Amino acid sequence: MSTGPDTLICRNVWKVFGARAADHLTAARNDPERLAALGLIPAVRAVDLSVRRGEIFVIMGLSGSGKSTLVRCLSRLIEPTAGEILFNGQNLLTATEAEMTRIRRHKMGMVFQHFALLPHMTVLDNVAFPLEVQGMAQSAREARALEMITLVGLTGREASYPRQLSGGQQQRVGIARSLAAEPELWFLDEPFSALDPLIRRELQGEFMRLQSRLHKTIVFITHDFDEAIRLADRIAIMKDGAVVQIGTPEDLVLNPATDYVREFTRAVPKAKVVRLASLMTPGPVPGDMPRLPARATVADAGPSFLSGAAQVGVTEDGRAIGTVRREDVIRLLLGGEA
Amino acid sequence: MTALALPHGYPLSGRAVWAVALALTLALWVWGQALLPMAFDYPKAWQIPAARWIGAAITWLVKDASLGPVAFSDLTRAIAALVDQPYQLALGLLANGVQQQTGGVMVQHVPPVSWVAVIGMVAVLGHWAGGLRLALLMAACFGFIAVFGQWHSAMVTLASILVAVPLGVAGGLVFGILAWRHPWFERALRPLLDLMQTMPVFAYLVPILILFGFGPTAAVIATLIYATPPMTRITTLALSRVPDEAHDLARMVGCTPRQTLWRVLIPSAREPLMVGVNQVIMLSLNMVIIASMIGAGGLGFDVLNALRRLDFGAGLEAGLAIVALAIALDRFSQAVAHRGTAPAVPGGVIRRHPYLAAALAMIAAGFVFGLLIPAVQTYPDAARLSTSPFWASAVQWINVTFFDTLEAVKTFFLVWLLVPVKRFMLGLPWLAVVLLLGVAGWRLGGWRLALLTAGLSFLIAATGQWEKAMITVYLCGISTLIAMAIGVPVGIAVAMRDRLWAVTRAVIDTAQTLPSFVYLMPIVMLFRVGDFTAMIAVVAYAIAPAIRYTVLGLQSVDPRLIEAGRAMGCTPWQILTRIRLRLALPEILLGLNQTIMFALSMLVITALVGTRDLGQDVYIALTKANPGNGLVAGLAIAFIAIIADRLLSAAARNARARLGLGGQA
Ligand SMILES: Nc1ncnc2c1ncn2[C@@H]1O[C@H](COP(=O)(O)OP(=O)(O)OP(=O)(O)O)[C@@H](O)[C@H]1O
Ligand SMILES: [Mg+2]
Repeated sequence: MSTGPDTLICRNVWKVFGARAADHLTAARNDPERLAALGLIPAVRAVDLSVRRGEIFVIMGLSGSGKSTLVRCLSRLIEPTAGEILFNGQNLLTATEAEMTRIRRHKMGMVFQHFALLPHMTVLDNVAFPLEVQGMAQSAREARALEMITLVGLTGREASYPRQLSGGQQQRVGIARSLAAEPELWFLDEPFSALDPLIRRELQGEFMRLQSRLHKTIVFITHDFDEAIRLADRIAIMKDGAVVQIGTPEDLVLNPATDYVREFTRAVPKAKVVRLASLMTPGPVPGDMPRLPARATVADAGPSFLSGAAQVGVTEDGRAIGTVRREDVIRLLLGGEA
Repeated sequence: MTALALPHGYPLSGRAVWAVALALTLALWVWGQALLPMAFDYPKAWQIPAARWIGAAITWLVKDASLGPVAFSDLTRAIAALVDQPYQLALGLLANGVQQQTGGVMVQHVPPVSWVAVIGMVAVLGHWAGGLRLALLMAACFGFIAVFGQWHSAMVTLASILVAVPLGVAGGLVFGILAWRHPWFERALRPLLDLMQTMPVFAYLVPILILFGFGPTAAVIATLIYATPPMTRITTLALSRVPDEAHDLARMVGCTPRQTLWRVLIPSAREPLMVGVNQVIMLSLNMVIIASMIGAGGLGFDVLNALRRLDFGAGLEAGLAIVALAIALDRFSQAVAHRGTAPAVPGGVIRRHPYLAAALAMIAAGFVFGLLIPAVQTYPDAARLSTSPFWASAVQWINVTFFDTLEAVKTFFLVWLLVPVKRFMLGLPWLAVVLLLGVAGWRLGGWRLALLTAGLSFLIAATGQWEKAMITVYLCGISTLIAMAIGVPVGIAVAMRDRLWAVTRAVIDTAQTLPSFVYLMPIVMLFRVGDFTAMIAVVAYAIAPAIRYTVLGLQSVDPRLIEAGRAMGCTPWQILTRIRLRLALPEILLGLNQTIMFALSMLVITALVGTRDLGQDVYIALTKANPGNGLVAGLAIAFIAIIADRLLSAAARNARARLGLGGQA
């Protein structure tokens, strides 16, 4: 949960598809109809965001909202039409192709929606592929790849071919491969969308377990709001190429910026996202009260209230800082404001 | 045609244009003879002397052309040497061993790999690629060749295939990759590929003969020209179909361009590429016979020879040997395409490469035993089977018994169908035909297509080949109609009966690999030479795609729609006519397209039995080694094929769009 300074900063990034997009963009930037008339498709519009070191930053939006385009701009797989992208202070858009190759090889990893495994290679070779491309010696890269395979729980399947694996196992290979070069920045473009709900849950859990060990800086794309809530430290919601709101799951649920965001958050059980800190009345905590950390969600406090407590104490770093009353919780759950 | 030609939603104006064009044609036809004679006979004075130009160009190429210090003829000689070296090696291994001519006598120093060892090796390869079943099949195919006494010829043929296929695959890959990388290259290459695939092979045999001389090398080069285009197309297509994610992956892990291509993209496109390899193999085998006209030897030569002697039995046996080779190579290459790479086994050389070890052991054993027992080295003549006398007497018997019936059938067709249609076609004014083709092109695919169809047909007239072209069109048209009239009902009959379709498919697969000369023989023996014979031969050859595409179309109709029809109480007949056939129309149109292509390619071959069309010109040019005439006539045939192809593809595309089926036509 503890996150550091901004690793990846994205300022006013545009991606417009179409002929001579850059020329037209300066003129017609604020006039979507004019862009459309020129046959241009603004897939990403004026996106500002920053991803902090060690956080899971989820980009959420419906199909066609421009998520994949944005994440491809971030890794410069496609060239943004305008804007600035800073990675550890370096402007990626002015980097040469050779520099970009070096950055992608050593600093970035990516997981793909449809796995993108190479059909003619074994699991081991697939995972070792990024290292092979870098020119690492065979024994070293295979040792590293085995480590990654163990990490994602596929020990024993090294010699299998992708088509002999289930979808979930294939994506584990994709994850192992994206981690093989020890990237600092980890992109996942709808990694679990092609999987069955049960397998998806299992891999989400696995993903959280991995992150608690690795502390990567993560940009995670999904169109599934529940998945976003489960995984995210912060979420950016996209609509028609623009970011509508950025915030923690709790922010989005409690203070949706637009009706569009409200529509998404409506079905989310508030108890699962709202943290005690938001409901708390600051003040002293009597000694006999059950105590919970401020980061705990309302749902976490449920058992204490059930066993008869009228209030629970809230602590931060072991210090008592306030109390949450049963009425506050009930009001929240009945749909009132916090 | 009109019924299909209403894609753009202006039915009235479209019909009006048709009406005007037809009225003009009619008027021209009725009164033009007097008013506008040049509409009937293209004026000699305006003729484009294309044949002379091409002839002169080739002479110049051979005699004077040079790239800097390197003369063009040196270049062709270098290419020939490049092909010849591996060919001689393969030929030595499989067919001739190491020979030396001393004092006019061939002395064999080292024998070729013995037939037993070859069959063993083939079985090992089969087992490696597809397990026991394939091993047995391939051994049986080669065994068949040995038993019917075709061994030496088959090995000569196999040697040229072994050289042509890798070269064709490599060339196709290179051109395909270039076309995929550079759109301008693709644009430049596409018309060339179209020509290479539609031009009758005979037409470029002469220039090749002149440039490379008579012999197996020239034959291999002709085979390459014939077999490379599909590989090129498939490579470009396969690479452009590789999912975006694979490209993204390559860039994300930081592949160099070369690594991207060879490590990521080509392996991802492996299955379609193997289809291309398979195509190269099959087309090379198709080409084997025709190439024998310029010295390929082998089975093709045997078939050709049998045709000259009208020895149907011998031709059939050599032809079936080609089929056997084709089946073995086809199944083998398909198995390789679907074969998963087996996990590496640790251990010594033999354990790691058991198949290689087995094959080498087989060769060595064959060599040693071959020295001891001659029957192991060469298949003993005494054990040969031959069906030749049987076939000869069978045809003889039919001829004697049914002579009058056959003559009556032939006369009937000639008098009531062939002659009237021929007369009608020859009487049409070329100007009107060019106009109508232009209108059809415009209605089906816009002004670009109109320009293409009208332009190409005009060129045929302008090079003074109108009459011959009309004879080609008439023979091809009638044969196509008959082939469709038989093929579509047969397709309908077998499409829904799995067993029957399996049998039918086996038959038409064999029929398509059987060299087309083989069809010609019994027909010539029964009906002698002439238009009727040509028609029968073309129908027999071109019926396969008519059946195949009908079945394909009917089988791909969405079963839910048929269920819906049944739920609405349609009778089986209504389901067939209202639902199945309607929805299968695009495929059936493509089948028609393919049938025409097959008919045209067979028509050229029937020139051997005395038709009076473009094919005859091509063939005569070949016998006279006159490259200009041959190429011009060949180009005219290619133009006819291209016009038919473009019009029908456009019609199929429109039908698809109208039915909302999407996908590429
Ligand atoms: N190469 C391209 N050329 C033109 N338009 C494009 C291109 N790629 C994407 N688009 C358009 O940009 C928009 C955003 O596409 P994008 O793939 O980023 O959406 P997405 O949010 O990832 O959707 P999904 O959930 O379906 O993956 C879409 O309207 C799409 O049609
Ligand atoms: Mg996407």
